[in-house]
Amino acid sequence: MTEPQWLDEEAGPIVRPYALTGGRTRSSGDDFDLISLVTAVVGRQADEAALGPEQRRILAIAQEPMSVADIASEMDLPLGVVRVLLGDLHDHELISVRPPAQVAPLPSERILKEVINGLRAL
Amino acid sequence: MAYAPSEEPVALKILVAGGFGVGKTTLVGAISEIRPLRTEEVLSDRGVGVDDVDGVEGKTTTTVAMDFGRITIREGLVVYLFGTPGQERFWFMWDELSYGALGAVVLADTRRLTDCFPSIDYFEQRGTPFIVAVNCFDGADKHEPDDVRVALDLDPDVPVLLCDVRRRASAKVVLVTLVEHALKTLTAAQRK
Repeated sequence: MTEPQWLDEEAGPIVRPYALTGGRTRSSGDDFDLISLVTAVVGRQADEAALGPEQRRILAIAQEPMSVADIASEMDLPLGVVRVLLGDLHDHELISVRPPAQVAPLPSERILKEVINGLRAL
Repeated sequence: MAYAPSEEPVALKILVAGGFGVGKTTLVGAISEIRPLRTEEVLSDRGVGVDDVDGVEGKTTTTVAMDFGRITIREGLVVYLFGTPGQERFWFMWDELSYGALGAVVLADTRRLTDCFPSIDYFEQRGTPFIVAVNCFDGADKHEPDDVRVALDLDPDVPVLLCDVRRRASAKVVLVTLVEHALKTLTAAQRK
């Protein structure tokens, strides 16, 4: 799924990361946790012209719930850049963002026992 | 994909901390599909006094690479592993990483035990459940977990175990020990 990148190992990315965000380094996405789950809002018709290719790709990746860290890794973009892009999508109500379960409330005993059994079975 | 309200996807976060070169990447790789995760931090006031930017005044961002692994327990239940950046100049990342974390594995190397002091102090202060896993390097003297506990001045309820992070079975035991410890901490807190 990796898309070709304009990347030169020696020189680093040819396009500076924050060029994708119009130079903005802050957005409403700043507080999205690394494992907040992002889901594209079903039935929301995006104004294609208003979205950049990266944002369209995020919407494609987040057809199913996907963590912020997963998206950054999948897009091969720094977290800070991805957060700005996610903030824009959130402002336009194109994605829903769910904070991780354990922030509040704590994960249930049942979930943790399931994790323990799942790890043992790996 | 539709989830019933009770079956909303759950994501849990586990941190892997410890000094530089102690085996964090190896541990994450032994148990999960490891993937790179970059964060390009803008050097703001958070960097003042941390990053020595003398002579590179034009540099406004710094790239931090983290280890990032994912273990799918079942559909809708995923455990994420994050290796914390080892160098002290990346302390500013830690608050974000540890926010809402289920717990942390502090990897220790008995030849350089002091390297894990900052991690232990950090998780003790934050009240994040943690365990200490002593990575048994070839050529290093084997130490009993109790000796390590004394050397690190750990609370009696903090689990200490020996491990070989190159082995998947050993990495599994480490993570199971941590989640069991987190569960114990959780149920103890609920009883209060």
